[in-house]
Amino acid sequence: MNETVRESMEFDVVIVGGGPAGLAAAIRLRQLSPETSVCLIEKGSEIGAHIVSGAVIEPRALAELLPDWKERGAPLNTQVTAEEMLYLTETGSLRVPFLDKFMPHMANHGNYIVSLGEVCRWLATQAEELGVEIYPGFAGAEVLIENNRVVGVATGDMGITREGKPGPNYQPGMELRGTYTLFAEGCRGSLTKQVMAHYDLRKGVDPQTYGLGIKEVWEVPAEKHRPGLVQHSFGWPMDDQTYGGAFLYHFGENLVSYGFVVGLDYPNTWLSPFEEMQRLKLHPAFRKHLEGGRRVAYGARALSEGGLQAMPRLTFPGGALIGDSAGFLNVPKIKGTHTAMKSGMLAAEAVVDAMQSQRAEPATFTQRVKESWVWEELRTARNIRPAFARFGAKKGAIYSALDAMIFKGRAPWTLHFKHADNEVLKPATLTAKPNYPKPDGQLTFDRLSSVFLSATNHEEDQPVHLHVKNQALWKTVNWDVFRAPETRYCPAGVYEVVDEAADPKLQINAQNCVHCKTCDIKDPCQNIDWTVPEGAGGPNYPAGM
Amino acid sequence: MKIVVPVKRVVDYNIKPRVKADGSGVETAGVKMSMNPFDEIAVEEAVRLKEKGAATEVVVVSIGVQQAQDTLRTAMAMGADRAILVLAEESPEPLAVAKVLKAIVAKEEPGMVILGKQAIDDDMNATGQMLAGLLGWGQGTFAGKVEVADGSVRVSREIDGGTEEVSLKLPAVITADLRLNEPRYASLPNIMKARKKPLETLNVADLGVDTTRRLTVVSVAEPAQRAAGVKVGSVAELVEKLRNEAKVI
Ligand SMILES: Cc1cc2nc3c(=O)[nH]c(=O)nc-3n(C[C@H](O)[C@H](O)[C@H](O)COP(=O)(O)OP(=O)(O)OC[C@H]3O[C@@H](n4cnc5c(N)ncnc54)[C@H](O)[C@@H]3O)c2cc1C
Ligand SMILES: Cc1cc2nc3c(=O)[nH]c(=O)nc-3n(C[C@H](O)[C@H](O)[C@H](O)COP(=O)(O)OP(=O)(O)OC[C@H]3O[C@@H](n4cnc5c(N)ncnc54)[C@H](O)[C@@H]3O)c2cc1C
Ligand code: SF4
Repeated sequence: MNETVRESMEFDVVIVGGGPAGLAAAIRLRQLSPETSVCLIEKGSEIGAHIVSGAVIEPRALAELLPDWKERGAPLNTQVTAEEMLYLTETGSLRVPFLDKFMPHMANHGNYIVSLGEVCRWLATQAEELGVEIYPGFAGAEVLIENNRVVGVATGDMGITREGKPGPNYQPGMELRGTYTLFAEGCRGSLTKQVMAHYDLRKGVDPQTYGLGIKEVWEVPAEKHRPGLVQHSFGWPMDDQTYGGAFLYHFGENLVSYGFVVGLDYPNTWLSPFEEMQRLKLHPAFRKHLEGGRRVAYGARALSEGGLQAMPRLTFPGGALIGDSAGFLNVPKIKGTHTAMKSGMLAAEAVVDAMQSQRAEPATFTQRVKESWVWEELRTARNIRPAFARFGAKKGAIYSALDAMIFKGRAPWTLHFKHADNEVLKPATLTAKPNYPKPDGQLTFDRLSSVFLSATNHEEDQPVHLHVKNQALWKTVNWDVFRAPETRYCPAGVYEVVDEAADPKLQINAQNCVHCKTCDIKDPCQNIDWTVPEGAGGPNYPAGM
Repeated sequence: MKIVVPVKRVVDYNIKPRVKADGSGVETAGVKMSMNPFDEIAVEEAVRLKEKGAATEVVVVSIGVQQAQDTLRTAMAMGADRAILVLAEESPEPLAVAKVLKAIVAKEEPGMVILGKQAIDDDMNATGQMLAGLLGWGQGTFAGKVEVADGSVRVSREIDGGTEEVSLKLPAVITADLRLNEPRYASLPNIMKARKKPLETLNVADLGVDTTRRLTVVSVAEPAQRAAGVKVGSVAELVEKLRNEAKVI
């Protein structure tokens, strides 16, 4: 953006993103090759500041990475001890019997309920001990490509004013040049998007499909706390065309993690994921866990739900995509931490291999993935999410039970995703408005008091990081046809329509953005482009998230 | 002239503090911590004085837990030359801090100590004043402007309804107020360089200072929730409510 000379620094490997994938890759690199210089940047103000997850995690990849994780004090403290899968009607609930037979992917023996943010902070200390240089508060803003090879990234300029000019505190960005660059930005990475376009990595694969997860952490009275309890639900309040469900995990010291995930291929433009997640708490099956407690944290994040069918080519000259950036999440399990970590570890191995043989592309990564348990796991899971997209919630559930029991995931066919999530919204006049209850201030809340709990902060005087590419298109499509769906799907109240009656205009309250990436995914014409704001901006999720 | 700047590691100003369930204090486990914002201003001022040629070295000091070294690294990325970490329990009391600082001053012999006017965690607003008292130095608290002249410093103090100009003989203690300056960003190249700047670690015991707590926290509570407002339909209703419900007229 600016012509000032940027400083630059050379590393063997540059990693963009400090989630489980990036941190596992960094650790693996230094374990395999202690001389390799590894630099990791994270846009959050500290590691974990932008992490939203459930999270029930499988310790499999962690045990492979750091076999003595228990002795090292990994914050995996609550083992799953009981679990329930509920099918909800508006007032009642049915428990799915024989969970491990009908829905084996939902069985959680041996897994742990954690705060993934805390796990990431711990992984970061492990990585630093091994000599990884970690720089939180710096966002990768630009991919550096020279002679068709990715040669690193540049961090964003700091201190640019709202008008786009250098302010009194201006600091130019810095080039972090790496022989190899790993993109570990999580779901819908902004640089990943550019790399995929440049190298056409999505050629011949299904469109990626996404979900939006909104989560709260509650502190409940000790007598209500049942550490180790895992509860999932499907059915109400989602209709049959909408994929969605809720989770509730008791963990830590009187904490309960409650969240709701909705498939972003939902057709009803009036649907508000935020209000669905709020009203679900009023259902007796959830109310009984939370009543009498207080909400201590709030956050939201998109997740990649396309699975194997939507996975792009993983490598390109100068680097690879890992974790949720590539779409390694196991959807029916809603677990992506163990696969993200494993993908990072395999990429590290491929990079070390490429470094030794001086190849530009760490191409053995793909083969390593195919030979690993990750591939087997994702293959088994591959038909479940598309079955829901195709047959609806009830038949999709039946399909997935049959798939699990008869074929054990090895059905001789593969179901495909036909549409990208932004293409399936129906016009406002053709869909019915749900009737959402008003927040009661006890169990249910409005958006603004929720964003407040995410401790989101962006330097005020900076350019708006959400780009509406074509303003006219907003009026003719978003407003005229869909009545501004962004005002409903954005979980942080960033989008508002002003002057609705006379001359409707879109107002963007960018400082509230929690970096969930939903607008970048769901906007009907892909007219909204999410770019990184100034480093350290965004949520500051507290302990427990 | 050497300048010493004490910096405190506190709960980040963006975080909404959560009172522990037992009321014994504020939850800090796993909570994001960063440099007390007034201390950033103090560091910035010291670095600017060095850049102007009025100072030759800026030494930052933190008294607290091991992780306070992150705070010191940030200060060095902003331009401080070196750092001293004095290991102690988390958030020691102002008097203990002032005594430790007195020992550091004896060792370093600076011409000036610039502190924040208060730490945003316990809002004591006392350390600077106590340090000046212990050292017998002049103090310029709530500084909005600092100008060093030959052997003295002129400080504009932010006081109720205006500013007060004081002139102090050096060495002196200054505490930084909000409007003194706008601290710079620690740039990535400078953060990288700061990793190589010297950081010395000491123990409170090495300095022979007694940091035993003298204050007891009785209880910590969150402010009472404000009751929701109501909309009144008319002026008459408002008057009626003010008279009979609020009983203010
Ligand atoms: C609501 C919800 C519930 C979930 N529940 C579970 C669960 O129970 N179990 C489970 O295993 N998984 C769960 N997942 C999935 C799991 O969280 C993800 O699969 C996993 O976090 C992916 O790891 P990652 O490292 O690929 O990406 P992320 O964890 O998303 O990490 C990416 C990091 O990169 C940073 N970053 C992004 N772009 C940039 C940039 N340009 N510059 C610098 N930094 C950048 C981000 O700030 C972030 O810190 C859940 C996800 C959600 C949203
Ligand atoms: C309404 C209000 C809101 C404020 N809000 C903020 C805020 O949000 N953030 C912030 O950073 N600052 C705030 N301040 C400023 C902050 O409260 C003061 O900076 C701080 O109280 C100064 O404390 P002190 O102990 O140094 O001195 P003082 O408050 O001046 O004195 C402390 C006490 O010493 C005694 N005393 C003082 N002088 C004498 C004397 N000559 N003889 C005998 N006894 C004496 C008095 O008992 C006095 O109460 C606010 C101030 C006010 C008035
Ligand atoms: S503006 Fe976009 S990325 Fe930010 S919170 Fe809203 S939907 Fe998510």
